[in-house]
Amino acid sequence: MDHKEVFELLPAYLDQELGLSDAIAVERHLGNCSECQHELDLQSGVTAQLKKDVAYFKAPTHLAHRIKVALPGERSPSTRFKNWNFNWLNAGAVMVTLLAVVWSGTLYLSLPSAQERLTEELVSSHVRSLQVNHLSDVVSSDRHTVKPWFNGKLDFSPTVVDLAPQGFPLVGGRLDYLDGRSVAVLVYRHNQHPINLYNWPSTDRDAAPQVQNRQGYHLVRWVGGGMEYWAVSDLATDDLESFVGTLRSQG
Amino acid sequence: MSASTKEQRFQTMMLPHLDSAFNLARWLARSHQDAEDIVQEAYLRAFKFFDSFHGEDGRAWLLGIVRNTFYTWYQQNKAQARNTQFEEELHSVQIEDAAAVQYADNNPEALLIQKDSQRQLHKALEALSVEFREVMVMRELEDLSYKQIAGIIGIPIGTVMSRLGRGRKQLAEILVTTNRVHDGS
Repeated sequence: MDHKEVFELLPAYLDQELGLSDAIAVERHLGNCSECQHELDLQSGVTAQLKKDVAYFKAPTHLAHRIKVALPGERSPSTRFKNWNFNWLNAGAVMVTLLAVVWSGTLYLSLPSAQERLTEELVSSHVRSLQVNHLSDVVSSDRHTVKPWFNGKLDFSPTVVDLAPQGFPLVGGRLDYLDGRSVAVLVYRHNQHPINLYNWPSTDRDAAPQVQNRQGYHLVRWVGGGMEYWAVSDLATDDLESFVGTLRSQG
Repeated sequence: MSASTKEQRFQTMMLPHLDSAFNLARWLARSHQDAEDIVQEAYLRAFKFFDSFHGEDGRAWLLGIVRNTFYTWYQQNKAQARNTQFEEELHSVQIEDAAAVQYADNNPEALLIQKDSQRQLHKALEALSVEFREVMVMRELEDLSYKQIAGIIGIPIGTVMSRLGRGRKQLAEILVTTNRVHDGS
């Protein structure tokens, strides 16, 4: 190794960055080269002075806090979602949530609506009225007997018409209790089939007759003149519809 | 890995190197306030690229980002551009000029302070041009190996060695000259 090569390698020799064979070669040259020895002394002097005396700037204590605050961590939802990767805990949480939603949805759907409940109440009421022979509280085919009978028993005056000429004779009337209120029931008959006509005041909009079937009974509901009507019978649907049509044309 | 786990891992691995990062930034920028801004920016960059870090040498990785952040800031900063000019002038005429700059603003108090060898050393190191200053700080103050320094700067190991040699020599000459100026005055 010649002088020039050794001279260039001096920083690495000083910093112990040379391989063993190079280090030995440099050392051998240094023993009889004052220029290289002088250069090495100069460099090691600077190094020693720097290590001893020059300021090492430690970070001010508030800087770590400043950095932590500036990091896009939990505070930023966009980053959170960007880094939202699949894991089993999250998957489990999603499953539980989905199950809860489906289950409550099923429960909600299996709950009868108010309308459904009312329909069932009407059918039960109709059936009960036949079973216990409690079809009528006032037995009369005379609407002038039936209508006054309701006076004082209800907070409204039901429409009472006799439809005997049309084949639906009025046979009586009674009070019943439906959907949390007292209602008027007028009883008609057609070929031995009783027809219960329920009616009570309603705030619903006028609605055309709609037929429903429940447990072999037919129900027709309509709203008119601030009153809600339900006709319930085991009559054939078309007979019941003609009853309703006749009644509405009379009313 | 969720965001908070990443943040925790990042803080655990990178915050212990905060002093190194600040020391390098402070010596490169030669301003305490600028060093704080550079280090904060560097940590935000590091966090952004943390997924590409595979845990070999956290300090060298971070210092590389600090250095890059400094150079971006250095080029963007207008006021700093004037300092660059000043620095180039300083080094084109090097030693005498550096001494003259220090001599020019001397007054009794300043002289008194400049008798302090630490003060002279500080000024001498700051007077080195940035490419020598950075290898000096990384080697003498951060004790990084030639290989680490070469990796951070992106130069061959041989260049690290020659820059260190020249840097030390310049520093020694600045110190000798300033001492001579003050001894003579």
